[in-house]
Parts: sequence; C-alpha cells; structure tokens
Amino acid sequence: MRLIIPFISGLLFGVGLLYSGMADPQIVQGFLDPFGDFNPALLWVMVGALSVSVIGVIIARIRRKTLLGEPLLFPVNSKINKELVLGGLLFGAGWGLVGICPAPALVLLGRGMWEGAIFILAMIVGMKVVAYFKR
Amino acid sequence: MTWFSLPALLGGIVIGFSGLLLLIGVGRIMGVSGILNNLLSKKGMTDWRLLFVVGLLISPWIYDVVIGSLPSVEVTQSVPLLIIAGLLVGIGSALGSGCTSGHSICGISRLAPSSLIITGLFMLSGGIAVFILKHLIGG
Repeated sequence: MRLIIPFISGLLFGVGLLYSGMADPQIVQGFLDPFGDFNPALLWVMVGALSVSVIGVIIARIRRKTLLGEPLLFPVNSKINKELVLGGLLFGAGWGLVGICPAPALVLLGRGMWEGAIFILAMIVGMKVVAYFKR
Repeated sequence: MTWFSLPALLGGIVIGFSGLLLLIGVGRIMGVSGILNNLLSKKGMTDWRLLFVVGLLISPWIYDVVIGSLPSVEVTQSVPLLIIAGLLVGIGSALGSGCTSGHSICGISRLAPSSLIITGLFMLSGGIAVFILKHLIGG
C-alpha cells in the first residue's frame, strides 16, 4: 500500500491535469491574460481541487495519522519574508512566459514531448543554483 | 469565451482527490517541485516520491487507454524561452518553498497565509509576463 498510494496519486493528478486542460500551456496562459483571450478554466480547477483537498486536511487534522497508521507530516508554514515574495514573483514570471509549471511539465514529458524535458532540466538547474547559494 | 467549464471543475476534483490520497495515505503534501527536488538530492529508488512521479509520467498513457482521445497539445514556445522559464520556475519554487500544486492547492486548503500570498504573487507576475509577451512584444 505504501508504494501503490503515491503511484495512484500521481496517476490521478496527471489525469486531472489532462482532463481539466491544465496540461495545455495555451489554456493556462489564457487564465493569466485578462487583457487578451481570457480563459477562466484554471479558476474552476482550483474550485474543484480545493473543495476536495479541504476534506483531506480535515481528515488529517482529526486522525493525526495516515490510513496506514503512520505519522502525518504537516509542513511548518513557510515564513512570509523576502525569499517567499521573490520566489513567488520569479516562479510566476516563468510560469506565465510558457504556461508550464512542474506537474504539467512531467505530463508533457510523459506524452513524449521534448519541450517538457527541456523545461524540467532547466528547472532542476534552477533548483540546484538556489541549493548551492543556500549552503 | 465561456465562463463555466465542467471539464475544468471535474478535472480539478480529480486533482483534489490525488492530493487527499497522498495526504491521508502517505502523510505528505502533494507539492511537485518539492517532490522533484528531494527526489534528486537524497532519496532512494523505492521512495514514495519516485512512484508519484512515475504515476504522473504514465498518466497520459492511462488517460488514452481508459478515457480515450488524449487532448492534443501544442507547445509553441521557443527553446530559449523554455529554458529561461524553466530556470525561473526552478529558482522561484526553491526560494518560495513550493509551486502551484503545493502552495495553490494544498497550502490554500489548510489556509496557510504564506501559500495564499505566494499564490497571489504567482498570478500577479504570471499575468505581467503574459501581458509583456503577448501584448507588448506580440509573441
């Protein structure tokens, strides 16, 4: 079960991204373009996703353990500081430029599109750059 | 333009279920940038992160088999733009401790103030990037 659950979760995430249109960079950019060909799809994806994941948070808070009885690792809330603000702004700029973020990039790669691989490699380099300077 | 999209809502519900499953099943937050970052830095090959990523990677194939007619996608962006965007997303998610899945879905659903703020920042600078690209440069 420990191995099946994360696999099914990844699978469902990818299927949800494909069905909702979020694996299509044009649809994502459409949401970020209120002065152009605006497409509200991302808003409805968030409404659907949040309405379900809130239930998960409530279950997790009540049970305090996973379904398998293991400890739940709730993240410590990240601090609201310059790093968070700068990180958010840089992430959004990259996201807007191509309409791709980490999960859809993996889905693009999964359907054999080399654009997904290029994006992911560049993203990993970016992560490593930050890790290097944070040491 | 239509204001409501049923596929977007239903797809969102499926995405929500995947986050719920990972949280109550494995006890972890579904944040894809963090999963990738940790997978590459220290964890072993039987790590839950690897299985999650494999699930994501084969999802188009499963979609094609089970639901059928995989929606066609065209990536029109140039290679230099893909590299610049990938670098920005990597640096930004590492500095901001998360991406759209971890902050904008999982973080908001537990009402983390930092996730609410960073989601606003994603959309603000994303909107500015699209505006510059599509309306000022005309790309």
